[in-house]
Amino acid sequence: MSRPLLDVRELSTQFSTYRGLLPAVDGVDLSVESGETLALVGESGCGKSVTALSIMRLVRRPGRIVGGETWFDGEDLLRKSQAEMRQLRGDRIAMVFQDPLSTLNPTFSVENQIVESLRIHGVARGSAAREHSVSLLEAMGIPAAPERLRSYPHELSGGMRQRVMLAIAVSCEPELLIADEPTTALDVTLQAQIMDLLAALKQERRLAILLITHDLGVVSQFSDRAAVMYAGHIVEQAPVRALLEEPLHPYARGLLRCVPRLGRPDIPLTPIEGSVPDMVNLPPGCRFAPRCPEVMERCWESMPPLYDQGPGRIVRCYLFEAAEQAAPAQGTA
Amino acid sequence: MAERVSEEEELESVAATTPGMLRLLLGNRVAVTAGLVVIAFFAIGLLAGVLTPHDPNAQHPEAIRAAPFWRADADARFLLGTDSLGRDLLSRMMYGARVSILLGVVVVLLTLVVGAGLGMLAGYFRGRFDVVMSRVVDTLLAFPFLIFALAIMAATGPNLVALVLALAFKGWVDFYRVARGDVLAARAADYVTAARGLGASTPHILLREILPNIVPPLIVLATLRMATIIIAEASLSFLGIGVPPSIPAWGTMVADGRADVGSAWWIATFPGLAILALVLSVNLFGEGLRDVLDPRMRKT
Repeated sequence: MSRPLLDVRELSTQFSTYRGLLPAVDGVDLSVESGETLALVGESGCGKSVTALSIMRLVRRPGRIVGGETWFDGEDLLRKSQAEMRQLRGDRIAMVFQDPLSTLNPTFSVENQIVESLRIHGVARGSAAREHSVSLLEAMGIPAAPERLRSYPHELSGGMRQRVMLAIAVSCEPELLIADEPTTALDVTLQAQIMDLLAALKQERRLAILLITHDLGVVSQFSDRAAVMYAGHIVEQAPVRALLEEPLHPYARGLLRCVPRLGRPDIPLTPIEGSVPDMVNLPPGCRFAPRCPEVMERCWESMPPLYDQGPGRIVRCYLFEAAEQAAPAQGTA
Repeated sequence: MAERVSEEEELESVAATTPGMLRLLLGNRVAVTAGLVVIAFFAIGLLAGVLTPHDPNAQHPEAIRAAPFWRADADARFLLGTDSLGRDLLSRMMYGARVSILLGVVVVLLTLVVGAGLGMLAGYFRGRFDVVMSRVVDTLLAFPFLIFALAIMAATGPNLVALVLALAFKGWVDFYRVARGDVLAARAADYVTAARGLGASTPHILLREILPNIVPPLIVLATLRMATIIIAEASLSFLGIGVPPSIPAWGTMVADGRADVGSAWWIATFPGLAILALVLSVNLFGEGLRDVLDPRMRKT
């Protein structure tokens, strides 16, 4: 099989805090193919967003990317110059953020902001840029697009703003879209509309999507594969159906038990006991050990490696050492 | 409900370019009146050469200390009377408006550009530049302005360039602090990260993304600083170390009339009132602007 569009290996990003180094992203491996959606799932603070920012090389001080490779279309983004990265951002890799009100500049009209992104990458300018903007808004399902172009962000509804953000994101026809919790700030009906829009974009443009979310409902409906992240590590990566039907890692299992099922009041909700470890003073062993219902002696001593568990499936847990089907999954995608 | 309204107001204030802002400002009667007075002063200063009935420096020995028009001993040629050298007060005050406004505008623009520019750089890049600049600013803040201006002007003698530099020496500090603080907040804003994500360069982000968002407080500050500068210039001129004596200035005129306050009170009073009227109007206009641009300061 050909190389995936985005292939991240051993990516590590640290933040230096006054208490010490905080390994927000610690040796993360993931890959996204063209036309595929990979969901990156995990609770707040597990390093999902920092992973996304690291791929874009947008991590700001006191954060620093300390190691790894991020291969995008055959080139390592971490070896590119700032100027080369600028050309890539928005043009070939675009990003959508959680809160569309704060990501749109309050002082400019919608038209200004779309045209600006077209201008930065020399796609179009002048009246051509304006026409392009209208067609982009129409493609995002915005009614009365020419009028909407004159609106300021605060005059739009939440769903409308996120559509505008998406219009800006796809304006230069990117190959990869990184969506950082694109629907978290929206209500449920809008979530579905925006996710449908994303799905359509993926279909039409063979867009690769890295979808960051903590909403397992969104994961189940809109992604092909999912990676579960915990305390800076990927703990399990699997095709979505397999992950949802039979999660392997104790953390992934716990995560699924936290989600209520409609029409199944007989299944009790069980929270995961305890809380996320102190990222500055991490225990030597598995980071989930203090909260793990199946913790073993050795879990406290060393970090388990990733074990291969069938096609496209890896898990970071000693429970699967015996059941491993192939060699440790280092570097396979 | 109340929360909703305030949120909308806040949002509205951010979009400084919407016509709603202008309507709000026009609804503020005090600010509109003050603005009109300021515009009138600007017009008088600008057109002083055309409007004045007399040469401001022409002496009329036959009409020394002539009284203003409503008094029985008034000289019909001089509407507001003359000073101790027989110079027409009205004409001198018109030229005085020109100097005050010119110095105010030049000094404010200079300090705005320098202060806001340095403040934006310090706030955006942080690091050593920020540390050094902020220490310089702290030092300047501890510096008594009048003593410093006295020293400079005493050394160079009254001339306009030295006066501008003396007035600007400390004036940029306020713009620096406002710009630095606002950029510090804005650089962490999501729209800045989003712009980076779109491939925007650093100059683009500073000038096109951040600057428009920090302009409203800078405009307000510029207006209020203008009033301060006009007072400072008048004070230095009053002390005889401001505007050169050959150029009519309100501060100098007040100083000239000081000796005659008992017998010819109008010589010192009219230019004093002019200073009061201009500074008050500029301040009231600035406050009106602030009320519109900053909802937290809005009274109702």
